[in-house]
Amino acid sequence: MQVIKDIWKQKNFMFKLGVFMCLAWVVIAVFASVLAPFDPVKDQDMLIRFQPPSGEHLFGTDSLGRDVFSRVLYGSRISLSAGVVTVLVSFVVGILFGGIAGYTGGLVDDVMMRISEMIQSFPPLILAMVIAAALGPNISNSILAMAIIWWPNYARLTRSIVISVKENDYITASRLMGASHLRILFKEILPNSLGSMIVMATLDLGNAILMFSGLSFLGLGVQPPLAEWGAMVSDGVLNFNYWWIATFPGLAIFTVAIGANFVGDGLRDFLDPRMRRRA
Amino acid sequence: MSEEILLKAEGIRQYFTVKKERGKKALLKAVDGVDLEIYQGETLGLVGESGCGKSTLGKTFLRLYPLTGGQIWFHGADISALKGKDLKEFRCKAQMIFQDPSSCLNPRRRICEILEEPFVIHGLYSREERQQKIRELCDMVGLSHVYLERYPHEMSGGQKQRVGIARALALKPELIVCDEPVSALDVSIQAQVLNLLQDLQCQLNLTYLFISHNLSVVKHCCQRIGVMYLGKIVELAPAERIYDHAVHPYTQALISAIPLIEEGEQEGYQRPERKLLTGDLPSPIDPPSGCAFHTRCPYARECCRQEVPALTQVEPGHYVACHFREEVKKAWNIQV
Repeated sequence: MQVIKDIWKQKNFMFKLGVFMCLAWVVIAVFASVLAPFDPVKDQDMLIRFQPPSGEHLFGTDSLGRDVFSRVLYGSRISLSAGVVTVLVSFVVGILFGGIAGYTGGLVDDVMMRISEMIQSFPPLILAMVIAAALGPNISNSILAMAIIWWPNYARLTRSIVISVKENDYITASRLMGASHLRILFKEILPNSLGSMIVMATLDLGNAILMFSGLSFLGLGVQPPLAEWGAMVSDGVLNFNYWWIATFPGLAIFTVAIGANFVGDGLRDFLDPRMRRRA
Repeated sequence: MSEEILLKAEGIRQYFTVKKERGKKALLKAVDGVDLEIYQGETLGLVGESGCGKSTLGKTFLRLYPLTGGQIWFHGADISALKGKDLKEFRCKAQMIFQDPSSCLNPRRRICEILEEPFVIHGLYSREERQQKIRELCDMVGLSHVYLERYPHEMSGGQKQRVGIARALALKPELIVCDEPVSALDVSIQAQVLNLLQDLQCQLNLTYLFISHNLSVVKHCCQRIGVMYLGKIVELAPAERIYDHAVHPYTQALISAIPLIEEGEQEGYQRPERKLLTGDLPSPIDPPSGCAFHTRCPYARECCRQEVPALTQVEPGHYVACHFREEVKKAWNIQV
């Protein structure tokens, strides 16, 4: 709790705004069924398709006459969890993998980096498609597929930061104290590498949501008619004349991504005592 | 200074593999055959230009690298192959003070955490006792307790260096390798830190291996001085001797490079002739044959190119690695 208080004490408006935006989306995702005026799937009415935003349909209706507002609210459930889970899994795996490779060096480093390069040498979306298709198209498999293609980014960044951090004298000092390798890696090196990793993770959240919707668009992630932001944007692209169909789910992705960015920036500043403002 | 040997090294070699262009690998001979004895309670200075292997030698003594060759004894016990628990135990007895005070403290930890770390790693004392010990360490190095709650970036270089010294003292070591402990500090702070080191040495009966490239600093605080060139010790002698009776041409060049204050000359002091060295330090990847110094030595002859001169005693306690040591010795005997 003390940590949360400390973080909140930072005089950082953007950070608070980011926290507010992210929390708002979480609340929306949890209470979507209460907040949404229509059912996102069942309430289809071909007679009212492509209706512009109005009092009854706040964000208008899509090609099947479904309420876009309700679908955006419901879509947050899948989109948010897919993005967060993907980034979280690749973040943890990437940091461990890259941390060990960078800290150990030598042959271990070479082998581990070649493995991550093998994954990176494929076009990401295509590799994700292959994996998702092989595992069977459903939500959890496409999240897994995304995590598999995503973690090498983190591994490479972590490795390069770890290599520069481990040259510092305080690492030598720690070795001289008799600290174990694990202690040095987790207590000395990784805390000093986390800053840029967290920023990258929050930047990636938006990308992950978009990529997941790409998979959904191709029929590998969310199966229609389930509501998901990426799929909704794609739907809007097909019906280009009706701007509201793509704009509102797009705005939703935008607000989540930018909120996460603000949070990430704030967290990085908080985690680095040199950047911390005196509360 | 007693006659008891604290650390004895024989034939120390420390090679590193470095990658050259096109993936070729080469051996960098950072330390190439060093024999050295460090007596209990003394301060042994180690000087030489950048890249001559003096820091590497210090770190090798602390077992930070796996030895390429040679043996090290600490209190008569062979420590050259220590591992695991034994190595951890040895860590308590030998510590290091670093050159750059801003890089030797973890920027994410407060000073109290940094100073507690050695006790945590070795599982010493209870929580309250540790706090007590940390305060004692601060008092020992003259650091106010208010700094304990601060982060390294909130302190000055001298204060950070004091924290580094306190941390090195935490485990009650006998040997401390001081790797250019003052070269990153202000001149006024340099004196304070040097005095602190000397006081601590008296109080705690410490032995220092003092690495520096500042000859006046070394003269101020060392009893014996070793001069290194390209991974080898070329001259080793008591401090006062090395300044007046340097035998090795490299040492002479170093001594003559010490800046002097002009007034000295008016009091009948003859400024010694400046002996300029030409050329750069040869690469330790491909060191010259024979005497490594022959490429820059003004007296080099044919035999210098072929034979490696051994470190030989010319006077009691004065060792030189030069083929012409006897001639040089005669030369300065005439002068004196």
